[in-house]
Amino acid sequence: MNGIASTTALTALLGLIAAWLVLGALGLARPNSIRWVARTLFPVGALIALGVAGAGAVALTENFAAQTAVLPLGLPSLPFHVRLDALSGFFLLLLGSAGAGISIFAAGYFRAGEGTAPGMMGLQYHLFLASMALVILADDAYMFMVAWETMALSSYFLVVTQHRLPEIRRAGFLYLLMAHVGALGILLCFGVLQGGSWLMTFDAMRGATLAPVWASAAFVLALFGFGAKAGLVPLHVWLPEAHPAAPSPVSAMMSGLMLKVAVYGMLRVSWDLLHAGPWWWGLLTLGVGLGTAMYGAIFAAVQTDMKRLLAYSSIENIGLIFAGVGLALLCRSFDMRLLAALALAAALIHSFNHALFKSLLFLATGSVLHATGERSLGKLGGLIRYMPWVAALALIGSLAIAGLPPLNGFVSEWLLLQAFLQTPHIPHAFLNMIVPLGAAIVSLTAALAGYVMVKFYGVIFLGQPRERALEHAHPAGWLERAGLGWLALGCVLVGVFPQVALDVAGRITGQLVGATVQRGPSPWWMTPLASNQASYSGLWLWAGLVLVVAATFVLVRRFYHGRVHRAPSWDCGYRWQTPRMQDSAEGFGQPIRHLFGPVFRMQRELPLPSDPQPQYRVQIEEHFWHALYLPLSRIVLRSAERVTILQGGRLATYLLYSFLTLILLLVWVL
Amino acid sequence: MSATAYAWQVGECVLAIALAPLFAGWVGQCRAWLQNRSAPPLWQPYRVLRKLFHKDVALATHASWLFRATPYVVFATMVMAAAIVPSVTTDLPLARVADAIALVGVFATGRVFMSLAAMDVGTAFGSMGARREMMIGFLTEPALLMVLFSAFMAFGSTALPSVVEVVLRQPHIMLHPSLFFAAVAFVMVLLAENARLPVDNPTTHLELTMIHESMILEYSGRHLALIEWAAWLKLFNYACIGFTLFMPWGIALHGAGPGLLALAIGALIAKLVAAGAVLAVLESITAKLRLFRAPEFLTMAFLLAVLGLLVHLLLEV
Repeated sequence: MNGIASTTALTALLGLIAAWLVLGALGLARPNSIRWVARTLFPVGALIALGVAGAGAVALTENFAAQTAVLPLGLPSLPFHVRLDALSGFFLLLLGSAGAGISIFAAGYFRAGEGTAPGMMGLQYHLFLASMALVILADDAYMFMVAWETMALSSYFLVVTQHRLPEIRRAGFLYLLMAHVGALGILLCFGVLQGGSWLMTFDAMRGATLAPVWASAAFVLALFGFGAKAGLVPLHVWLPEAHPAAPSPVSAMMSGLMLKVAVYGMLRVSWDLLHAGPWWWGLLTLGVGLGTAMYGAIFAAVQTDMKRLLAYSSIENIGLIFAGVGLALLCRSFDMRLLAALALAAALIHSFNHALFKSLLFLATGSVLHATGERSLGKLGGLIRYMPWVAALALIGSLAIAGLPPLNGFVSEWLLLQAFLQTPHIPHAFLNMIVPLGAAIVSLTAALAGYVMVKFYGVIFLGQPRERALEHAHPAGWLERAGLGWLALGCVLVGVFPQVALDVAGRITGQLVGATVQRGPSPWWMTPLASNQASYSGLWLWAGLVLVVAATFVLVRRFYHGRVHRAPSWDCGYRWQTPRMQDSAEGFGQPIRHLFGPVFRMQRELPLPSDPQPQYRVQIEEHFWHALYLPLSRIVLRSAERVTILQGGRLATYLLYSFLTLILLLVWVL
Repeated sequence: MSATAYAWQVGECVLAIALAPLFAGWVGQCRAWLQNRSAPPLWQPYRVLRKLFHKDVALATHASWLFRATPYVVFATMVMAAAIVPSVTTDLPLARVADAIALVGVFATGRVFMSLAAMDVGTAFGSMGARREMMIGFLTEPALLMVLFSAFMAFGSTALPSVVEVVLRQPHIMLHPSLFFAAVAFVMVLLAENARLPVDNPTTHLELTMIHESMILEYSGRHLALIEWAAWLKLFNYACIGFTLFMPWGIALHGAGPGLLALAIGALIAKLVAAGAVLAVLESITAKLRLFRAPEFLTMAFLLAVLGLLVHLLLEV
């Protein structure tokens, strides 16, 4: 029975992915019709995404046996292998459920005359979705790399939708470059993993026995390759450029979904294909993850462009996810399986949560962008009055990403902190003192995320409009609202029923670690460690808050009154208040600039007191550009110039090269 | 869970809501005595509340629904926190809803709503206060977490009822030196989180030095009353968390009779009286720090808590 169910799940998945591709091709039938491509095909794509999520959920049911198939595609001796197990099922669920919201939103979002023709864009969009699903299903290195490259290329074309702008072409180039540097790492990693057998199936890699040095090499290459895609510092530089350049639904897909595919790849290699390694694997991943999280949060706090801010916030969240993965690896190397399962569950749930709330926020910035034409935080403000729905739904996303109970972001951060609480028991004399301090970084990052989100939400939606034109901002259409509402609903549901998320994550940790974290005996709260230790109940907290708010409201009205009269704001009696006196985005980030000064590369132009038209300007850059990437690119260019000496342009010279090479090879062979 | 447990759950909430203004009044009275002023009566906070509830709300023209909802939300978070902290008895149905770490999150929810509301009207002081409050917030959270870490290492649990039970069954646990470091760090965090000196001055009239007060400048009437009440509840909750972690004597355990519960209330009041006096002394002997010296103060708290953790790992394991 189970066998049949899982075969149907896998077949259905392949059918759904094919349907996405057909949908993309259908868009080319009437490539310039928004009504056909966006309003008709995209909702169908959303339904398909729901199907993918459902099929993924089937793989997460109890007693599901992994199912494999060989596709009649690929090269003659290298057919495509696909496999559906709990890990891939989880990421398909993530892809489908967040992807459905994004597709519905995109159906209402795309307008005519914005860069690429809609039909072309629909093709790229659905190709992107399908290739991500294929990466997750792939069961051999060949198919994995083909799907991975399709994913990189289709998203590249989506990023450069408005290719007429030079800065967008530049951002796209940077993205393509980093994607390929990362892909090289992954390719080499698979090359090491096959272990001399030259079999490219994951099955063979699982069975291969590698010398410790080669296993470590494969691990480091995987961390490099998938880290470049996920945006680990210092390989993160493409994120803050590519995300603002892309249209908002594409940013949401890249940040919410594609980064998770990189997390999936990392998990697949480090937990499934590689066997337990030395503890420094875990420490390295944990250190890089925590550093990335801090770095992303600090830089997010000083951004002035709303999409750049979200891009840095993605870097922060990816850092937290990798910190969880690293902690789990560390615990596995000491054979602390339950703790590894807890940390891994935290990382998985955070991946899912991030897919929901980051997509939600990117889409909300899309609505704001369409309503106002502004991306700069310094020119927004007060939109809660003009776009009430978007503001309310974005509030849910902002609170969730800030890690506040009773929403979903809190659940995964709480689980991660609980895992850290156990680290003093690591049987290693120094690790048991160093690793617990990681919890302080996690909580600092979470609190900084709160700072960032107050800035993001407060500057865009609250206060008074900083520009006159904002008063004509129009609310988002119903398709856009439906997409946002779907994602917000997900944020609330995971927050209120964290036990279900823990159960689902338990299926994967059961597969990868061989241990599952129990939700505890009580149906009301989860106690992942022991029944008398840590406990948390999203449902009760939610119910309690709602009850107290309602009771307070009724009691105040009942015993006193509800009288209100409107008056101008008081502001300590200052009458000449203007909207420009509110904190700008720069102003709100000032404490962070002050506290973390050395982290930034900052250029400031301060006006003189006597200046009749004072201009204040601050430009913040990353040290990585000037200390790492620009020197690196100079070295590459210089060595390329050296090599051009060989390239004289004369055919005779080239023939001579070939001749000399042949002679040399002959000498070597003989 | 018995019916009495539910009764006590409600009772404890009501007790916290009722006692919180009194505690704030007591701290104010002690401060006045120490500063050689004639003190306001103990029930002054109740009078303030009554006055504010009777007044009309003067609402800024720009204020949105978020501004009007925030006082209720902030008040609700503090009431929920009061329901979760076992201040009188550990036999509470809701005590397991959140452990100490989740409780930090509940407080953070209140703080974020407060900051958002401060930005809503769009005045210069409001956004300044929001920015400062969030800055203090992200500085205190790591320190507070390290305090909870030390406590967890000593007691083996972050669930507050379990902590109380462990300590009351094995009182010698409190002799661990790591807890001393943690307690000092906790007091420093308490001062910063509750907008007390030396980080913020609750009685200041100087807008430019304000943190908490500048966020609520635009509030009036019943909204202001709820926010003030929530602030007093927060102080009360923090004091009660401190009691559960570092001096849980007197708290009634699971299945205690009415006599012990009465004793527990008496012990709570005695502890509050002592804590209020200590708080007033601490506030009277320190000067307000410049805003950008506050990170040093909180880094100090963080380092003390880390020291506690290291002391535990090196000496006590």
